[in-house]
Amino acid sequence: MRLATRNRLSSGGVLSLPLVWTFLFLFIPYAILFIYSFWEKKFPTFVPAFQFGNYLELMVDPQYVRVLLRTIKIAGLVSLLSLLLAYPYAYFLVHKVKRPGVKLVLYMAVVLPLWVSYLLRAYTWKTILGTQGILNSFLVSTGILSEPSSVFLYNQTAMVVTLTYVFIPFMVMPIYAALEKIPGSLTEASRDLGMSAIQTFVRVTLPLSMPGVIAGFTMTFCLSFGDFIAPFLVGGPDGMMIANVIATQFGAALNWPLGSALALVMLVIVLTIITLSDRLQGVGRGKYA
Amino acid sequence: MTMGVSTDTVDTQMGRAPARRRGSATARRAETWASNAFFYGMVGFVLAFLYIPIAVLIAFSFNSSRSLSWPMTGVSLEWYARLLANEDLLEALWNSVYVAAAATALTLIIGVPAALALDRFDFPGKGLFRKLVLLPIALPGIITGISMLIMFRMIGFNLSLETVILGHATALVSVVVTQVFARLQRLPRSYEEASADLGASGLQTFFLVTLPNIRTAIIGAALLSFTLSFDEIPVTFFLTGRDNTLPMYIWSTLRRGLTPEINAVGALIVVFSIVLITLSVVLTRDKSGKRG
Repeated sequence: MRLATRNRLSSGGVLSLPLVWTFLFLFIPYAILFIYSFWEKKFPTFVPAFQFGNYLELMVDPQYVRVLLRTIKIAGLVSLLSLLLAYPYAYFLVHKVKRPGVKLVLYMAVVLPLWVSYLLRAYTWKTILGTQGILNSFLVSTGILSEPSSVFLYNQTAMVVTLTYVFIPFMVMPIYAALEKIPGSLTEASRDLGMSAIQTFVRVTLPLSMPGVIAGFTMTFCLSFGDFIAPFLVGGPDGMMIANVIATQFGAALNWPLGSALALVMLVIVLTIITLSDRLQGVGRGKYA
Repeated sequence: MTMGVSTDTVDTQMGRAPARRRGSATARRAETWASNAFFYGMVGFVLAFLYIPIAVLIAFSFNSSRSLSWPMTGVSLEWYARLLANEDLLEALWNSVYVAAAATALTLIIGVPAALALDRFDFPGKGLFRKLVLLPIALPGIITGISMLIMFRMIGFNLSLETVILGHATALVSVVVTQVFARLQRLPRSYEEASADLGASGLQTFFLVTLPNIRTAIIGAALLSFTLSFDEIPVTFFLTGRDNTLPMYIWSTLRRGLTPEINAVGALIVVFSIVLITLSVVLTRDKSGKRG
């Protein structure tokens, strides 16, 4: 009895700070964001209101829908490209590398860039792809191009490449963890029963590693979906993404309520994806593990 | 994490069916060769993709001219000299260190108890609490940034480095919580029960039993939190006043044009990051060795 009381007391003490913090800096700001999205812009300020004008504008003005679809497309392409590069890499690490030292070094090789400034990793692609950049100088000096070309920078391809570069570690890590967890006896059994290496991969390894693939896809998708730095650096005029539009509403366009509504749309999309991904991973676990 | 891996080598050696693979030896060799070629090619490509840009970044910090095109015109330390003489940049660097240190301290003060609460206690609203605390991990930083901006403006807070610190701490608590929570889950409950049975108070148990066991996780989380805060843009972008952090300074320089000075900053950050990583590996390894 005394112990229980003491436990309750100490748990109250431990809890209070995180609870207060979470309420003050997470719950209240999100609530305000939600309320703000119904406010009205009346120059030069914003006035409290409850109207759906901001949401209506997002649906009616085609530029917002266009930006949203573009953002989804780019985030999807980034996740796909990351997956195509990351899966063989992780598979190689788990199944082909025998020495633990080499495995650790190759794993760290992917994680390490995460510690190097994100901004600088995006910036370096700007210097590589630009008209004066290394790629152009290289192509011209080897005679492949007769003069520097401007096709590499300021377009959606440049954005996909840059974002893939920046976020690929988030794809490698969960896939590696998922592959590592598959008991070797399962693939051995499949081989013993006469399956080829490719059949074993398609029917045993790949399905069992799906939770990792889904986790990685979710991470890279959500991270690129909310990015506004790569579009700014390498995106060009047709490369604006949804986060850039939100930033503009809080900057030059000065329409905070509209920006809040857009941020809420973004929030709902991201939460939907995370929930879906949790469900899918749950299904995967229930079925195979 | 790696359960089941150590047991499988045993049963593979026991009995292997003699004719387990179809096809001739040459076909099998060709298949192995093709698969090796594919994997080595992919791994080489990924490594080149990851490291050529970083090599380029560092190489051009030593370029003797302003241009960023290949081939380099010559080697010089001019950009490093300029960097050391650039007072705006040094101030931004100092601001970043201040913000990252303060934000990291806050994330630990909030994150460690939060992880403890999630692992050890049951309380009403626990599910919502967990969701809210972990939300910033998956949520784009821009949402944390603007929602806190609106709140600060509403209550009439002026934006400053301190508002940035609050923003970073809020966004990064999730990092500390996930790392410490993962460690707590692997820590047997019996240690703390034994401590309580022997008459230790809750606080004594925490400081003498729990804390030493999760210390490496806390150090790792702190280093990660520091690095992420040091590098943070989306939240800083909305919450900073007149003072710039280092990434914001670089960002504003980029608007004006590219110079190798930025490469020099980048090269220094790479070196600094490597020192931090080595530090975290050494610190973590030291402890885990001692505790088995």
